[in-house]
Parts: sequence; C-alpha cells; structure tokens
Amino acid sequence: MRRLLFLAPLAVFAALAAWLYVGLGGDPARIPSPLVGRPAPAFAVDGLATADLEGPALVNIFASWCVPCRAEHPLLTHLAEEQGVAIYGIAYKDRPEAANAFLAELGNPYRKVGYDEDGGAGVEWGVTGVPETFVLDAGGMVAFKHTGPLTPDAVRRDLLPALGR
Amino acid sequence: MTAELGHFALALALGLALLQAALPLYGASRGRPALMDLARHTALGQFVLTAIAFAALARAYVVSDFSVAAVAQNSHSLKPLLYRLTGVWGNHEGSLLLWLLILTLFGAMVAVFGGSLRKTFQARVLAVQAMIGAGFLAFTLFTSNPFQRVWPPPLDGAGLNPLLQDPGLAFHPPLLYFGYVGLSVAFSFAVAALIEGKVDRAWARWVRPWTLAAWAGLTAGIALGSWWAYYELGWGGFWFWDPVENASFMPWLAATALLHSAIAAERREALRSWTVLLAILAFSLSLLGAFLVRSGVLTSVHAFATDPERGVFILLLLGIATGGALALYAWRAPTLGKGAPFRPVSREGALLLNNLVLVTACATVLLGTLYPLFLDALDAGKVSVGPPYFTATFVPLVAPALVAMAIGPMLAWKRGDVAGALGRLWLAALGAALAAGAAFAYGETLAALGLAAAAWIGLGALVEWGERLRVGRTPAGEVWRRARSMPRAAWGGGLAHLGVAVVVAGITASQCFQSELILAMKPGDSARIAGYTIRYDGSARVEGPNYRADRATLSVLRDGAPAAVLAPERRFYPVERQHTTEAAIRTTVLADLYAVIGEEDPQAGRTVRLYHNPLVPWIWIGAIVMALGALISLSDRRLRLAVPVRRRRHPATA
Repeated sequence: MRRLLFLAPLAVFAALAAWLYVGLGGDPARIPSPLVGRPAPAFAVDGLATADLEGPALVNIFASWCVPCRAEHPLLTHLAEEQGVAIYGIAYKDRPEAANAFLAELGNPYRKVGYDEDGGAGVEWGVTGVPETFVLDAGGMVAFKHTGPLTPDAVRRDLLPALGR
Repeated sequence: MTAELGHFALALALGLALLQAALPLYGASRGRPALMDLARHTALGQFVLTAIAFAALARAYVVSDFSVAAVAQNSHSLKPLLYRLTGVWGNHEGSLLLWLLILTLFGAMVAVFGGSLRKTFQARVLAVQAMIGAGFLAFTLFTSNPFQRVWPPPLDGAGLNPLLQDPGLAFHPPLLYFGYVGLSVAFSFAVAALIEGKVDRAWARWVRPWTLAAWAGLTAGIALGSWWAYYELGWGGFWFWDPVENASFMPWLAATALLHSAIAAERREALRSWTVLLAILAFSLSLLGAFLVRSGVLTSVHAFATDPERGVFILLLLGIATGGALALYAWRAPTLGKGAPFRPVSREGALLLNNLVLVTACATVLLGTLYPLFLDALDAGKVSVGPPYFTATFVPLVAPALVAMAIGPMLAWKRGDVAGALGRLWLAALGAALAAGAAFAYGETLAALGLAAAAWIGLGALVEWGERLRVGRTPAGEVWRRARSMPRAAWGGGLAHLGVAVVVAGITASQCFQSELILAMKPGDSARIAGYTIRYDGSARVEGPNYRADRATLSVLRDGAPAAVLAPERRFYPVERQHTTEAAIRTTVLADLYAVIGEEDPQAGRTVRLYHNPLVPWIWIGAIVMALGALISLSDRRLRLAVPVRRRRHPATA
C-alpha cells in the first residue's frame, strides 16, 4: 500500500505527459465552431446588432484586459487600413470606458464596436476565450472562426481566403 | 568563421556531456576514483565550451553578422548596442544557448564548490547534471541551431519586437534562467541520493544553498518581469496569469516549498522523501515551463515562435528526466524509512502546512494553465482561463498560509505550543487589528484582510527576531551580542518573510485603492486625480535611434505648486511596424502616479490615461527584500561549509 503511494507521482506525471503529447497534435488556433456555415447569430448589444453586420467582414471579439488582443491589434489595423477589410468589434466582458481607452491608446480598426459588458453576445457567438475572430462571407454566413490572437500566417492562410480574397 | 567555431564548441560540449553522463556513474558504482574525478574536469570543460559558443553568437549580434539566420531574423543594424547584445537571448535559439550557458555554469560550480561532498555522491550528481546538459545540447544542435547560416545574407535584419527593447526585459531572462536552471542542481542531488539510497541531514544541508541561490534568481526574475509588464505594457497591471507567467510561477512555488521542507529534513530528518520529491518536481516544472513556452501548445504573447517538432523533443526530454526520476523515486523512496515523529502542532507541522498550501496552490495554477489544453485534447471545446479563475482559487488557498507564516517560526520542533506562540505575537495581532481597522474606515473589506495579513506577517517576523534576541528582557549589550551571533539563516529567513509582508501590502493596496482616469485632453486642459492636478501642456514629435515618438508633457501640480513633469510617449518602430506605449511614472515609494497617452484626435484631443497606484512599488521592493533574505541565508557559515557548526565555549576541549 505504501509503495503504491510512492508510485502516485509517476502515474500522475504519465497521464499529464500523455495529455501534453495529444495537445501537441492540435493547433490551438484552429477549432471548429458550430456556427460555421450558418448565418451570424442574433444578438444586440450597445453599439452593435446582427442587422449592422455587412459581409464580407470580420467580427473580432476583444477586451481591454486581454493581453493577446494587444498582440493581434497591429494586424487588425493593417487589415482595416491597408486592405480595406470591414471589421466589427465586440468588447467582451469589458467596461465600455476601458474598451474605449484601449482603442484610444492603440487605434480603432473597427467599423463599429459593440459593448458586451455582461457577455450575453459572447454566448450567442459561442465565445470560449478572447480574442476570437469570425469571418462573415458576402452573404452574411459565418465562413470561419479563428481562436486566439491572429498571426500573419493565419490571416494569409485562413482569413483572406474565407473573405473571398 | 566565428559562427562555425561556436557550432563546433557546442558539438564538443555535447561529446563531453555524454562522457560525463556515463563514466562517473560507472566509476562510482565500481569505486574507480579516476572515473569519478573525470566528472569534475568535463563539467568545467562543458562550461568553457558553452561559453565560447555563447561568445561567438554574441559577437555575431554585436557586429550585425546577418549571414547568421538568428541574427538576421531578430536584430537590426540600427538597434542600440545594449539591445543588440540582449537580443542574443530575445529569441528561441539564443535563449536556449543562454539556458545551456547557465546549466553548464551550475555544473561547473558543483565541480568547484562541491569539494566537501562524498566523492561518489559528487560524481553521481555531476553525471545526472550531464544527462540534462546532453539533452539540451542535443535539442539545441538538432532542432534549434543558433549558428545556422543564410545565403545570401539579407542587407539588414528584421528587428526585435520593440516591447522587448527595454532594460527591464533585457535582464529578465538571465535572472529567470538562473532560477530555472539552478533548480536542476536540486534535481540532480535528488536523483543521485535516490541512486545511493541515502537521504540524510547532510544531503538536506547540501541541497539548501543551491535551492536558495536558484530561488533568489527566480524571485528577482519574476519581479523584474512583472515590473516590465507594469511600466511597458501600459495599463497599470503587474500580473496577468498569462501561461508564460504561470510557467515561471509554478517552479517558484515548488522551490519555496522545497526550501521549507529541506529545513525540516536537515534539522529533524523529517519529510525526507517528500523533500526529494519536491526537488524533482521543482525542476520538472521548469522543464514544463520550457515546454509550454517553446512548443506552441498554448497561445501567449510571450511565447517564442514555435514548432511542433521542438515540442516533441522537449516533451521527450521532460518524459525522460521527470519520468525517469519519478520511477526511481517510486522504486527507492519507500526504502528511505520514516523520519522522526512529530506532533501536528510543531515546527515540522507548520512547515508541512506551508508545503501543503504551496503545492496545492501550485497544482491550482497548473490546472488553470493546462485546462484549455485538457479540454482541447478531449475535443470539448476551447476556453481560456483568465484572472477570475486564479483570483477565485489562488487567493483563498494562500490565505491560511499567510496566517500560519507568523506562527510557524515561533513553534518549537517536535511539539509546539500555539497558545504560547500567539501570546508572544500580541504585537503582531495588534498591528493587524489596526491595519484592518484603518482599511475598514475606507470601507474596503478585502483591503482590511490583505493589510491585516501584511501587518501580521511583517510584525511577526520582527517579533520572532525580538524573541531570539530577547529584546526588552536583557540589557542592550546582551541583545547586541546575541544579534551578532544569530545565524545568518535566521536573519535571512525573517527578512524573506518581511519581504512577503511588503509584497502582500503592495498587492492589496494597489488592487483596492487604485484610482483611474481616462479622458481626452487638449493642451491647457487639467484633470484631478488623488489630490494631484494634472495639466496637459501639449505634445511634440521626437526621434529615437530606431523609432519615432509622440511625447506629451503633463505637469503635475500639488496644491497649485508644480511637483513634477510626466512625459509619456507613444512610439512607432518603422522596422517592425509596431506601436508601443511608454508610460511615465512618478513614484514616491508610497504611491505611483502613472500616465499613458493614446492617439490624438483633431476634435476631441489626445487620450490620456492616468492612474494613482498606492503602494505598488512595494511589490517589487518586497520581492527584492525576499531575494536579499535568500542571499543572506546563503552566506550562512553552516551552508557555506556544508558541515554542522557547533558553537563551543572552549575550543580547546573540542
């Protein structure tokens, strides 16, 4: 019995290592969303509602408290300013003042910003973490979902094709 | 040529490491002194060769040799010399070489300063150390060669992330790695002890100084990283529970537990197999951190450019090192025997409580960090676990340890007296009550708890010193004599606890009493925050060596009189096409006035964010005090000589 106790750390570690190995196979930025292939979900928050969205466009879920959002911000700015991509922002679980300060500091790449202070719209969009970016095609259907901060590779490989460019 | 020389030196170091991993082990088991001695020479040789490789890479950065791929990808000829140099470890390949440099440095130090170790034991420690070294050398050479050439060389480099071009961050990795890698020595000691099947008091005494040194480095490194986040990321926070921050915090928690359990193992031979396990875990968590940062399993702003092949390699290293050590543990630890018995209420009991809390807290952080990954593996969807999870779990977990922290050192070994200890802590209790009362007056319940804990721990540490020195019960001359003969470890331990008190006060006050103001200002506009008037005088364009910046001038007025000028900047780095904010901070040690600027809007004016952060500098002052405590403890004669010192009144009879 006592011997088993000393085996416990090894057993826990083995399980952990197996998980990590499985985790390596997956790309943390790629996950399927049940929304893909369906119209944008119905939501209405202060500043933004389903009717405002005009595809092709990106819907970017961000928050001032989110560190990776800062990392992807220059890329969003580049897409909006230099490639003319329409981007709608949803400030998820964030105070409107804080979200505005974030945009004032880094620049505002969004065509419109919705303030989803209590996270209600996040539920409709199936948000699991911030940042997330959805691609809407010309017909307003969700064409792709990217989880985590955008990278130049992801933009080139996934987002631009999904936008039809 | 220099790059090839560096590459060659690394390959030679790998050869030496392989020799050192095998021959001394064989020599120790067969009693061959020559083979055992070999380890000391190869350990030094590994360090010298790695240092040559490191110097070769540093040279490539300094002279901007863009035919070396790592330099071309991460440096730029316009970058100031300091950042060209610190850029050596600002990327995956170079940071790995820094890791190797420190790893082989620790090996060399065990070879040089380990003279008092048993010969067989030192040989085994160095062999285990060489196994780790061989693993990382192979990883570097086969998956992440820092000396890879590019042809044709680009005209100029791609630059370094501007957020990293900062003195605070420049020195954050070396300190942090000193801590991470220093824990490898504790690991090697644990594995060597398991091989020998012997964990005695001497073992615990040998492990402590290495762990103390690593812990001091880790503490300072984490503090520097959080300070950098505070002033560079520009939104007034200092800790974000980011996976990479957690990757450094977990080994810190485990190392803190190890430091405490090693005391019990040394003094009372208690908690021995537990201490060995902690030594294995602490370094394993360092390795896990390396895996998380370098494999790409988790997304984080700090993460290096990642590659699944590297992830598999590090996971393999982690599996061999940790899996091997834990298998050895499962096999040998049951034979170590039970330690001296103790009552739950005793110094040992308090140290055990400390350990349970720290390890549970560490597991909580581990769970929160890996949770998104677990769900991913189950295909259950993705989540990111944010600060709400950590504050809800970590803070209440640690709270009882903060209460016990003042009591533990007052308890006797084997069987203590809580009532007596509490009686002697009346001063700390009074201070805690006063602090809580003052915070309640401001209507902050959480602040009351936090500040009471800080006063309790801080005064508790002072009372403990007072008890040892018999302040107030003996004449001043006797107190002075006792102070001079009090072991450095007692000074250091008390100081580290004082440091914790200062950190707790800083975190509490900055979280509960922060004032924040966000507004658009035109030149001449004023705003009031925490008794100061801030006037925006306008902004100007300034040119840096490799950036352009808007620099605002904000005059700080107190009661109408000018008190300071804040000059926050918003910089643009054209090479990297990236904006950064440079916060302007005016500190009075009791509080920081913190200003950041955003874009200028022609109509509304410039966005200005102002914070008043009370006691926030205490977070870093406290961390420095903690690290200082560790260094003082490290200078204790008993640890330096690694022999028990008995003070004898009459040396002649000894």
